[in-house]
Amino acid sequence: MNARSLRVPIAIVVCASLLALMPRLGLPAFYDSLFYLAFHWIVLATSWNILSGYAGYFSFGHGAFFGVGLYTTATLSGKLDWPFLATLPLAAAVPALLGVALGAVVFRVHRVRGELFALLTLAVTFVIATIVLNTRIDGGPGIYLNAVPVPAIGPTQSSTFFLLALAAATATMLIAWAVYVSKLGLGLFAIHDDEDAAEVMGVPTYGYKLAAFAISCALAGLAGGIHALFISYVTAGEVFSITVPLTVVLMSVLGGTRHWAGPAIGATAITALLYFSTAGDHAVLGKAAVGAILVAAILFMPEGILERVQRALRKRSARGPATTRAPAETSLASEPAAPAAAEVLVRPDDVLLRARNLGKSFSGLRALQGVDVDVRAGEILGLIGPNGSGKSTFINVVSGHYAATTGDVVLDGRKLTGLPAHRIARAGVARTYQIPRPFRHLSVRDNVAVTALFGHARVRTRAQADAEAMKWLAFAGLEAKADAHPDDLNLHQRKFLELARALASRPRLVLLDEVLCGLTPTEMNDAVALIRRIRDQGATIVFVEHVMHAVLALTDRIVVFNQGELLAQGRAEQVMREPAVLTAYLGRAHA
Amino acid sequence: MTWPSLTLLSQSILSGIFVGSLYGLLGLGLGLSWGLLRLINLAHFAFAFLAAYLCYQLASGGRMDPLLTLVIIVPAFFALGAALHWLMTRFALTPFNSLLLTFGVTGIVEALIQTIWTADFRRLESHYAHEKFRIGALFVPVPELITLVLAVALSLGVWAVLRYTDLGKALRAAAEDAPVAAAFGVDQRMHGIVLAGTCSALAAVAGVCLALTFTLAPSQIYAWIGVVFAAVMIGGLGSALGPLLGGVLIGVSEAITMAVTAPSWAPIVSFTLLILILLFRPGKA
Repeated sequence: MNARSLRVPIAIVVCASLLALMPRLGLPAFYDSLFYLAFHWIVLATSWNILSGYAGYFSFGHGAFFGVGLYTTATLSGKLDWPFLATLPLAAAVPALLGVALGAVVFRVHRVRGELFALLTLAVTFVIATIVLNTRIDGGPGIYLNAVPVPAIGPTQSSTFFLLALAAATATMLIAWAVYVSKLGLGLFAIHDDEDAAEVMGVPTYGYKLAAFAISCALAGLAGGIHALFISYVTAGEVFSITVPLTVVLMSVLGGTRHWAGPAIGATAITALLYFSTAGDHAVLGKAAVGAILVAAILFMPEGILERVQRALRKRSARGPATTRAPAETSLASEPAAPAAAEVLVRPDDVLLRARNLGKSFSGLRALQGVDVDVRAGEILGLIGPNGSGKSTFINVVSGHYAATTGDVVLDGRKLTGLPAHRIARAGVARTYQIPRPFRHLSVRDNVAVTALFGHARVRTRAQADAEAMKWLAFAGLEAKADAHPDDLNLHQRKFLELARALASRPRLVLLDEVLCGLTPTEMNDAVALIRRIRDQGATIVFVEHVMHAVLALTDRIVVFNQGELLAQGRAEQVMREPAVLTAYLGRAHA
Repeated sequence: MTWPSLTLLSQSILSGIFVGSLYGLLGLGLGLSWGLLRLINLAHFAFAFLAAYLCYQLASGGRMDPLLTLVIIVPAFFALGAALHWLMTRFALTPFNSLLLTFGVTGIVEALIQTIWTADFRRLESHYAHEKFRIGALFVPVPELITLVLAVALSLGVWAVLRYTDLGKALRAAAEDAPVAAAFGVDQRMHGIVLAGTCSALAAVAGVCLALTFTLAPSQIYAWIGVVFAAVMIGGLGSALGPLLGGVLIGVSEAITMAVTAPSWAPIVSFTLLILILLFRPGKA
C-alpha cells in the first residue's frame, strides 16, 4: 500500500481523534447524546450497506441483528452480571453467527434476491422477536440495566457513550472502506450486477455473500450492545420494531448505496434533520418527515446524494481540458503487442480438456447426451451445429454454470465436474457470453479487473489487477473506453469487452460463444484477427460459431453437434462433406 | 402445553377462519398489485387503516351505519390509489423502489393518523358489535361474519372479472408480457391506473371490516404486514382466490397455536410459513 491509498483511513482516524476531544470542551450533556445518536446510526446504516448496498441484497432484517446484539448485552450484563465491556465482543459475535447460519440456508436458494430477500429478512425479524418475547430471554416485562455500572471511559456518563459510539463508528467506517477497496468489495459489486456471471468469472459468490453478511451483522450487533446500556431498559416491542430497518434503508438510499461513505452521509443528515424537526413535542412530525424524505429520495434521486454529486463533478471535469489519460498509459495503448498468456505447461497435441460421456438434462429434456470431446492444447476447436444442438449447453456445463447430469470433464488431469463455477474459472477456464453480460455499474476497466483478480491469473492486488486490465483493454482496442461504463459501448465494443475479460484471467482454455454474431463484416474481420492473436500466444480456444467462413478460416479441427449428440469431428473441410452433417444442416434432400 | 376441549378448539378454528378471511381480504389487493402491476404496495396496509379510521369517524361522529360508510370510502380510496399509481408510473419505479416508496408513504399515513386520532386505541362501537348467534355449541359474531361474506364475495368477483371479461384478460396479458400486450392494443397505462384504484378500494373495504372487528391503533399497521404477505405468497401472486385460501390456512393455524400455547406465540406461525415459502417455493413470486 502506498501513501496515496492510505489517505482515506488516515482522514477517518484524524476526524475521529478530533471528535474524541469534544467531551473535554465542557458542552452541555445533550450534545453528547445527539452525537451519540448520529454515530449509532452511522454504524447501523454503514454496516447494512456492506451486504445490502455493495452486493445488492437489500435486507429489511437489520433490526433483528441489532436486536440480538442488544439482548446479548442486556442478558449478560443485566441478568448474569457480566461487566458491560466484556459483553460487547459477544454482542457482535452472536448476531454474526446468526447471520451466517441464516445466510448459509438463504444464499443457497437462487431466486431469493431483491424484494424476496427483503421480505424474508423482515419475517426473520418478527420470528426472532416472538421467540425473545416468549422465552426466558425477555419473558415479557423487559430487562432493566439500571444497576449495570457504566465504565468510566469519559469524564461523564454521557461522554462515555459518546466515545464508545465514536469508536464503533470509526471502526465501521474503516471496515466499510477496507471492504470497498479490496478484492472482496469488487466481488460484491460484481455480485450486485450479475451474480451468475460473477461466479463464472471466478468470484466465490456464496462465500463472499456470507462474509459480507457476517461483517454486517457483527457491526449491527455491536451497535445494539452499546445501545442496550444507553437506553438502560430493553423491551422486545421497541427493539424489534420496523423503525431500525426503515431508518437504515432511508439513510443509505439517501446517501448513496454504492459508496462506502454514502450511508454515513445519509445517517448524519437524517439524524440532524430528525433532531431539529422533532425538537419539542412534535415527535409525530419526525415520522412523517422520514416518510416524506424517503418518497422524495426515491422519486428524484434514486441513486443517492453522493452519486449525484460525483456525477456532477465528473461532468465538470469532462468539460475541462482533456488531460485524463496519463502519458504512460497512452504509450501502452499505442503498442497493442500481445502480453504473454498463460505459460504453456503441456506440449502441443496433448489433450488439455477431456469430456467423457457428458450429458445434461433439463427435467427430462436432453440438451446434451453422451458427448466425448477432446480439446488439444494450443488448438482452435470449432464447435458447430444447428440451433438447439447443445453447443451453448456444452459451454455452460464445462464452465460450471450448469451441473452435468452425466459424465466428466477433466482439465489437464484435474476433474472439473462437480466443482463450483468459480473454482473452474480459477483452474483456467474462461468464457464469453453470446449476449454480452458486462457488470453494468462497474467501469470497463473494473469489469476486466474482476477476471484478472478472480480468474486463473491470480493477480494479488487491486492495483496490479487494474494494470493487467489496461493491458488487455489495449489488446482488444478498448483502452480509450477504460473509464466508460458498459452502457456507453456499442455491441461490437461489448463483444470485445467480453474477450478482454476472458483473456485477463490468463486462461488455459477460452470458450467463445458466438462472438461474431451480430457484427458487421468489417467488425467480423477485426474479431477474427484478434482471435488469431489470442491463439498465437498459446491459449487454447473452443469456438462456437455459425459464421462458416470464419470457422473454416480459424479452426484447426471442428466438432459437430446435433440434437445434443456428437455427430462428427475432424478437419473442417472434410467434416463438412460428410452426409450426416449435410443432413443435419440442410435437410434430407441434400444427403 | 395442554390440549383444550373439543368445543374450545372448534371455536378457535372458527375464529381462525374469520380472522383468516380478513387476511385474505387485505391480501387480495396487495397480491393483485404485486402480481399484475409488479408493484409491491406496503401503503396498502396504511390505506386500510386510514379507511378504518374514517369509518370509525363517520360511524361514531357522523352516526352513519358502518357498512353505509363504504359508499363514501370506496370511491375516495379508488381515487387515492389511482393517484399514487399515476405518480409511480410517471417515475417508472422498479418493484424494489416501489417497496421503498410505499414504505415512506406508510410512515406519512401513520403520522397523519396519529395526529388526527392520537396513538391511543380506538374501538368502533356499532350495533353490529353486540350481535351474535349460536350454531350448536359455537358462537358466531356478526361483524366477523360480515367480513367473511365480503371477503368471499369480493374474491369470487375479482376471480370472475379476471377470468371472463376482456379487461381481466388484458390485465393478465399485460402482466405476462407487457410489450406484446401493448402491441396487441392493450392500453396498459389506463388499465394500470384502474387496477391500482381497485386494489386501493379493496384495501378500504378491508379497512371497514377491520374497524368492525378490531381495536385500532396507528402502530398496528405493521402488525399485519407479515401475516398478509404470507397469505399472498401461499396463495400465489396475482391470484384472486389464493390470498383468501392462504389467509384462512394461516388464520386457523394461528388460532390453534393460540389455543394450545399462548396468544403471544401466534406471529411465529405466519412468519415461519412466509420464510419457508420463500425458501422452498421462491418461483411463486
